[in-house]
Amino acid sequence: MKRNSNDLILKTMTSIIAFILLGFSVYLFFAGHNAPGGGFIGGLMTSAAIVLMNMAYGQSGMRNSLPINFRFLFKLGLLIALLTGMGSFLFGEPFLSQTFAYFQLPILGRTELATALLFDLGVYLTVIGVTMTIILSIADDRREEVTQ
Amino acid sequence: MENALALTRTLIDISTQIAIIGVGISIFLLLYRVLKGPTNPDRAVALDVMGITLMALAGLVTIIVVTTRLNDVVLLIGILLFIGTIALAKFIEKGVIIERNVD
Repeated sequence: MKRNSNDLILKTMTSIIAFILLGFSVYLFFAGHNAPGGGFIGGLMTSAAIVLMNMAYGQSGMRNSLPINFRFLFKLGLLIALLTGMGSFLFGEPFLSQTFAYFQLPILGRTELATALLFDLGVYLTVIGVTMTIILSIADDRREEVTQ
Repeated sequence: MENALALTRTLIDISTQIAIIGVGISIFLLLYRVLKGPTNPDRAVALDVMGITLMALAGLVTIIVVTTRLNDVVLLIGILLFIGTIALAKFIEKGVIIERNVD
């Protein structure tokens, strides 16, 4: 069924749309505190962008241009979530308690930074890692038959 | 003045309800194409257009329950629809969705 293909439109569209998708996912990740969004849907959007790039450029091309081991990524996310939960022990607070403070940032001005964002970062990385591990290992199952 | 405001609100409500009924009818017609469609590309195109009508429905629901929180949902449906349609098209065309090697 495989024939010589010329995916010029798909590849060009992917290189534009993947940027919009990644920007939207970062927006969703940061908007999660007081608008719809958060780590889960942001991670799903990022993995949607990576899946789109995988569909356009093939798995080996993506492995060259985005050399991330996604199995490592969800371990890192779980570790970040656990450490932000345990960081509250340093201040004598119960597990997973959070706080916030106001800071003067250079460009953004007076900003509220909460430690819930760090926990959300853990959720974000875990969601990306789990989805991409599932999808790429399902797409990869044909290699075993070739080597046998 | 208050009268004009109430009139505008009624007009918006009535036109939104009419538009929702129209979008609902088109969704049912597209559902007929999905169920009946002779070939698989027919079904894929019908599902694609069905997603676009769902985006319209989300926008109309935004008008009825007066909120701006659903705008993200419209964008999200559009993105997922695009990716899903590309995956369906690649499956119909090539049989694989994520290839190992693209020349």
